[in-house]
Amino acid sequence: MLDLFEISKTFNPGTINEKRALHKLSLHLDPGDFVTVIGGNGAGKSTMLNAIAGVWPIDEGRIVLDGNDVTALPEHKRAFLIGRVFQDPMMGTAPNMQLEENLALAKRRGQKRGLGWGVTKEERGEYRERLKTLGLGLEDRMTARVGLLSGGQRQAVTLLMASLQEPKLLLLDEHTAALDPATAAKVLDLSDQIVSEHKLTTLMITHNMTDAIQHGNRLIMMNEGQIILDIRGEEKNHLTRQELLDKFAALAGTPMETDSVLLS
Amino acid sequence: MPGGISQGLVWGIMALGIYVTFRLLDVADLTVDGSFTTGGAVTVMLILAGWPAWAALLVAILVGMLAGFCTGMLHTKFGIPAILSGILTQFALYSINLHIMGMAANKAVSVDKYHLLISSRNIPLAILTSAIIAIALISVFYWYFGTEQGSALRATGSNPAMSRALGINIDNMKVLGLSISNGVVALAGGLMSQYQGFADINMGRGAIVIGLAAVIIGEVLGNALLKKYINFYFTLTFTVIGGIIYYLVVVIVLWLRLNSNDLKLFTAIVVALFLAVPYLRGQRISSFAKFKQKGAKNHA
Repeated sequence: MLDLFEISKTFNPGTINEKRALHKLSLHLDPGDFVTVIGGNGAGKSTMLNAIAGVWPIDEGRIVLDGNDVTALPEHKRAFLIGRVFQDPMMGTAPNMQLEENLALAKRRGQKRGLGWGVTKEERGEYRERLKTLGLGLEDRMTARVGLLSGGQRQAVTLLMASLQEPKLLLLDEHTAALDPATAAKVLDLSDQIVSEHKLTTLMITHNMTDAIQHGNRLIMMNEGQIILDIRGEEKNHLTRQELLDKFAALAGTPMETDSVLLS
Repeated sequence: MPGGISQGLVWGIMALGIYVTFRLLDVADLTVDGSFTTGGAVTVMLILAGWPAWAALLVAILVGMLAGFCTGMLHTKFGIPAILSGILTQFALYSINLHIMGMAANKAVSVDKYHLLISSRNIPLAILTSAIIAIALISVFYWYFGTEQGSALRATGSNPAMSRALGINIDNMKVLGLSISNGVVALAGGLMSQYQGFADINMGRGAIVIGLAAVIIGEVLGNALLKKYINFYFTLTFTVIGGIIYYLVVVIVLWLRLNSNDLKLFTAIVVALFLAVPYLRGQRISSFAKFKQKGAKNHA
């Protein structure tokens, strides 16, 4: 479904702030793979997701998604293939627009936007049903501005938006990191539900080792712009947090450094 | 006073254009000071050349859109900040406007010789005509910004990162929005030049501030009167009403025999105050300053 062929990205090349974020990284995802991504700060996790989404061009390599070579396509031209949820709950929705307008924008992801109505009557019925499945009571607030919703609600809405128009690839970039633990758990459950319901191919970055082990069918660990560990199937199911930390220390040569990882 | 209403309506129509950039695209577009004059100049010259007034206005709209298009290209294709792009286009338009008017600083068009859509000679008709144009424009806006394309434009202003992720070409949307906005502003310029019977190279000076004043007065009034029942149609209507109120205040200032040279100072102060209101209101709820006194008391 997704193929990364030796992609590299260096930020601020030739300056004192030069940072090699991705180094000849290769990755293959089968259709329906739900991969959790872990790694220390600056390992290149978000950079990899942004490279796939086309936030900026990569320096070298090729990105093939569902048979399309998207390496040369800018972000908005890849959008028809990719659903995304960001770390910042504010980033995935338009605060000044109504809830149903946001959903309608997402429903038309990657399609030509003409002079037909922005939200049609039939859609409203569909959105109401889909919002009910979130269990947040949002189906009664469809004309409310999204800016009035809480961070957790907005993140749940963004998840729904990412799946309204079924994506070939779903990118979740630490999408629960900014939420309180109870809300984070709920949004994570929702992610599982949406991924399994639509059998979405998914990459999910998390700082939480337990989440990384419990969710998905495959786990990759990154360090210094490369994938240093790739575990799947039965082996992943039996993994423990301590094993994972030990493996990281052995492979990376240093213990995983972030507090959030150690405490989780 | 009725004369104030008809001129205010024209400023209100212009404010609709400014609403598109200022509120929907979240860009302060300074092109308008130039494109307002461009609209007036094109209209007057074409009427003088024998064109019917409505056709002259249509061309004025297209030329205004072209000005907005230039600003949009400077901003999106050449990476110049939006506000600077607008200033550059506006600056260039000064020369272009002079060329349009045959290198004259002003051009008169007499209502006695030509058939004009609106004129200060017949104020009731001028009010009627400009009100009809305003209502038509509000209706078109209401429809357009409810379409898929209009929604994409609003989304671009509300959250550009999300818009890109949803496949919206935000550069195109910005160029489109700036074009629409300046087309409407040029239309208002064309109406104003007919109303006053001449186009003048300086007629657009301060148009952006007047437009912002109209938008803000309209918002404050709309929110105060309709509270949560305000919708997009009313917001646009109140923007036009804001233009009328702005100009009536100007009329009163002139009527009070205050120095009309102070008008721009007065306008700037009013706009600055209204722009500051939301911020200051926020400050009242949460600010560092309130701890100053409390702290002082506790330690006294």
